[in-house]
Amino acid sequence: MRLHKDRVRIGVGAGMADDRVGPAMQLLTQCELDYLVCECLAERTIARETLTLRKDPSKGFNPMLDERMRSFLPICREKGVRIVSNMGAANPLGAAQATLKIGHEQGWQDLRCAAVLGDEVSARLRQHPELMLNDSKLPLETILPRLASANAYLGADVVRDALGTGAQVVITGRVADPSLFLGVALHHHRWHDDDLPRIATGTIMGHLLECSAQVTGGYFADPGKKDVPRLAELPYPFADLSHAGELWVGKPEGSGGRLDRMTCTEQALYEIHDPRAYITPDCVLSLDGLHFEELGPDRVAVRGVSAASRTDSYKVVVGYLDGWIGSGEVAYAGVNALARAKLAAQIVQERFKLDGGVASEIKVDFIGMNSLHGSPTHIQAAEPYEVRLRVAARCPDRKSANLIGDHVRQLNMQGPYGAGGPLNHGAKEIIAVDTVLIPRSWVNPEIVTVGA
Amino acid sequence: MGILVHELAHARSGDKGNTSNIAVIAYDETGWPILRRELTADRVHRAFAHLGARSVKRYEVESLKALNFVLTDVLAGGVTRSLRLDPHGKSLSALILGIELPDQS
Repeated sequence: MRLHKDRVRIGVGAGMADDRVGPAMQLLTQCELDYLVCECLAERTIARETLTLRKDPSKGFNPMLDERMRSFLPICREKGVRIVSNMGAANPLGAAQATLKIGHEQGWQDLRCAAVLGDEVSARLRQHPELMLNDSKLPLETILPRLASANAYLGADVVRDALGTGAQVVITGRVADPSLFLGVALHHHRWHDDDLPRIATGTIMGHLLECSAQVTGGYFADPGKKDVPRLAELPYPFADLSHAGELWVGKPEGSGGRLDRMTCTEQALYEIHDPRAYITPDCVLSLDGLHFEELGPDRVAVRGVSAASRTDSYKVVVGYLDGWIGSGEVAYAGVNALARAKLAAQIVQERFKLDGGVASEIKVDFIGMNSLHGSPTHIQAAEPYEVRLRVAARCPDRKSANLIGDHVRQLNMQGPYGAGGPLNHGAKEIIAVDTVLIPRSWVNPEIVTVGA
Repeated sequence: MGILVHELAHARSGDKGNTSNIAVIAYDETGWPILRRELTADRVHRAFAHLGARSVKRYEVESLKALNFVLTDVLAGGVTRSLRLDPHGKSLSALILGIELPDQS
């Protein structure tokens, strides 16, 4: 382990639950990383994994953990790269044990894995039905009977402490995305919690990296206007961070994609509300003054952020069961295509009712016309040559949700003529999410190590 | 003829709950003052009202030549419960780039 090197290199191993493994291997083999951070936990993923865990106590963590660890562990062992990931989801300890088992199978007998526990706070929340939900503006009480999960966004301190155990692999549940990266910096550079200029730099590093390829040319191309070279070979990024708090973002030398002022600016503002007050568990970050300097095709210097002290609360994401959604699609083309699609939509809704289907909301889309942007008043859309009808319904039960798609699927024989490619997308159980704020004192994180 | 935002800027949208934020970033120094002057929160609100946008707030980051628009209640309930084909509103950045600004000449 290359501890306390002046400049630490942190690579991205994943930016979403099912992100590609290949670009992470490219970083591991080509870029002399010190740490690999895998961010794999969207807002509602943890709720789904909580339900999975209830059915099977050996699960409840990221389903790709096995594939990722089997790929990463041998090279991480060889090169001394330490892994940090929130792949633990609803079962960080189970994930740490699963990782240890893979390491042992590969002959890594002195592997140590650390699990961060304590983000799960549902028992505590049940004692406070009066808490207000931030999105719905209703009291928590209204969803308590349907509560599936409640997890506090922990901060960088738990990642720092988990790395402090000497573990080569750190697995967490819910930790704020940028905090996974900042935690590495706190540990490696021994920065203090109250060193706000450095905390700010570590936080913008995490924010720029947390969505993997979104800073290296993903979610960006607009042909002819914003082209991305070799988009198919999109790499993941890494950061170099000095003890003094200088930051550079890079990608493998000569790799595909692009990394420059434009890609960095888009990602810097991604999912930010007030750019002067981006609240994380570690600080309140301000992007006012942020700028990027292009140092070469694969390297950008990041400067100009600042931060204020962290708030007194933790944000908790709550997941709750919210009925079922069903949907189906079918397409029409040529003369009178739109009129046939409209007739089909009407038939589906009538048959759904005749068959006793129950829905609190039905949405009809004409893909190619209004399914993404609705019908903007300032744009006159021409009638398309082809149109694909989509009917979706919010239902209290699985049966109704499945019924709506069935009626769409059956349109090829029982609707207007010329119905192409009918599909029932089936019924999906909905886990809705909302958030509440709770005092920091309600959360007691704990680090547990397994293995050597 | 006016000028499309698409000619002056690039954009990225993201979601948190039922709120979407769309960053609009000027390509250069020429476009930046036009965007600042013409792409007001009101103008953006009018373009998104039919999607349910309750409020639109605009933030400026001078050092990035960027405007950040925060649109509340525009995602039909948000990614987890929306019936929309694009529950994240990933496509909404293209709607803002399609806004036509008044002629500058």
